[in-house]
Amino acid sequence: MNQASPQIEVRNLTMGYGDFVVQKELEFVINRGDVFIIMGGSGCGKSTLLKLMIGLKQPMKGDVFYDGVPFWQSGEDEQRAAKRRFGTLFQSGALWSSMTLAENIGLALRQYTDLGESEMRDVVSYKLMLVGLAGFEDYYPNELSGGMKKRAGLARAMALDPEILFFDEPSAGLDPLTAKRLDDLILEIRDSLGTTIIVVTHELASIFAIGNNSVFLDADSKTQLATGNPADLRDNHPDHQVRDFLLRGQAEETVA
Amino acid sequence: MDNAGLNHQLLNDGTLAVSFSGDWLLESDLPPLEPVLDVLETVPAPTALSIDATQLGDWDTGLLSTLVRLRRTAGQNDVDIDDSGLPEGARQLLSMAFAVREREGARRHRKDKPFLEAVGNRTLDQVADVRDLLAFTGRLVMSLGRVLRGKGTYLRAHLVQYIQEAGAEALPIVSLISFLIGMIFAFVGVMQLQFFGAGIYTANLVGIAMVREMAPIMTAIIIAGRTGAAYAAEIGTMKVNEEIDALTTLGIDPVDFLVSPRVIALVLMMPLLTLYSSLLGIIGGTAVGLTMLDVSMPQYVAQTINAIELNSLLGGLFKSVVYGSLIALAGCQQGMACGNSAMAVGQSTTKAVVMGIVLIVVSASVLTVIYINLGI
Repeated sequence: MNQASPQIEVRNLTMGYGDFVVQKELEFVINRGDVFIIMGGSGCGKSTLLKLMIGLKQPMKGDVFYDGVPFWQSGEDEQRAAKRRFGTLFQSGALWSSMTLAENIGLALRQYTDLGESEMRDVVSYKLMLVGLAGFEDYYPNELSGGMKKRAGLARAMALDPEILFFDEPSAGLDPLTAKRLDDLILEIRDSLGTTIIVVTHELASIFAIGNNSVFLDADSKTQLATGNPADLRDNHPDHQVRDFLLRGQAEETVA
Repeated sequence: MDNAGLNHQLLNDGTLAVSFSGDWLLESDLPPLEPVLDVLETVPAPTALSIDATQLGDWDTGLLSTLVRLRRTAGQNDVDIDDSGLPEGARQLLSMAFAVREREGARRHRKDKPFLEAVGNRTLDQVADVRDLLAFTGRLVMSLGRVLRGKGTYLRAHLVQYIQEAGAEALPIVSLISFLIGMIFAFVGVMQLQFFGAGIYTANLVGIAMVREMAPIMTAIIIAGRTGAAYAAEIGTMKVNEEIDALTTLGIDPVDFLVSPRVIALVLMMPLLTLYSSLLGIIGGTAVGLTMLDVSMPQYVAQTINAIELNSLLGGLFKSVVYGSLIALAGCQQGMACGNSAMAVGQSTTKAVVMGIVLIVVSASVLTVIYINLGI
């Protein structure tokens, strides 16, 4: 991997719904080419943080900097340009149900490129091949299994060769083998395309298999407890709660 | 099945001995726990609580929920509890229930709001609804501008599909209702006008009523229940499924992509459906008129044609355009404002239909007053 250079910086971020604060004072840096894990117990605001990073939800305070440019303080055009660099895989795939897979992926291409119909068709089938869904162009999302929907969603997220890919609980609801294959796919994408990858998950197997950087959110103190390589955090972090989470509740009371 | 029994005894050393006997099952008649709890709450409280279950038969959640209450009350009164007398399984389940401490502030205290507060909150909600509708109307107008200038992203195939769903597929129900309404009007007309020997004016009555008022409003109500509800449910389900978020992250305005084409489709189709509804209503009226009156077909038709002025027809069609845009607006706005659950989709759909019909009736009244003042 190339040398670590910061690509995304989260600075003094506070988020919530109405007056209710979900997480406050978040501070972390994501380097280019990282597989960055957002982890924490259920209901701690992992998905909310993701929504905020992809521009769906406004922060109460603070900002997310992409290559030094603050996202939420920018105008509409800058935000649009920033979003062009993202790809997002939603929890359930979020494929547009009234459209075939080809149309789903095609819509992303149509929005930002001037490809003709046959070129578009080629790009679509290439993206579907990448995720192991060759030949499924004309299927509707409801004709696919959960794992296939996720992979189709990934193909759509990757349609525009994004620099940053966001995953919201990619392995939720998948059997261990399918989840493992998705993990492998994530690593392959990172290694071959140099994509920065941000994953919201609480699956420990995934966290250690793919993550090289992370932030740990805590629901009780409503802020981050730790950030860094998940394996390091598991072995060396002073906070008992962080180690306990990463060891499935097997942490000893004191650091060895 | 042995009857469940519960005995307690305060021993000399201040220990409260509680003994369970018989089968403690959910479906059995469980003895009340209150006497034991009362002892625990007396001052001075017992020093300890021991549980004896040697006579206990079968047990399930019926026993455990009792134990939880017992243990909670004991804890509140600082009474140590010795549960070694309980069956092993029950002890484990009990300690599991108390293993995770209740999160502070998690318990909700349900309380009835005072009447005035509830009325106030409802009123504020209504005001907020109106404000949301206005804000959404603004967004829609901007979006329609973009879409009509070819700048907004939407799929032409979707527009065609919406036109088919809102237009052609509504024909059977519109036919049925309009035909019957025409017949009913003619029936009433014939019965009343015959008294004055003016039966032929039934043609005027049916023709004018259908073209000016009935066809626009009946079509609108059918379409509000049919297409307006469908819009709210479709868009609401997409919201639940994060499909709208997926559009936004791609930089596609969901109003451009989902709402504007639906509004355009309905605004195009409503006048056509209304025209068709007028025709069917007049045919229904003609059928009744010809059977009940002593007139010929050419006579009746000529009477109808003379009765309907171009202004009435155009006025009716203009109304239908207004109703169509309001139905689409209500349906799409409710869909976009939908919450994140299956129940929310149902609520949005209901609200879309109710709001659609309210908007139709209000605008009908306003338009009628305007028409009268303009002399149309």
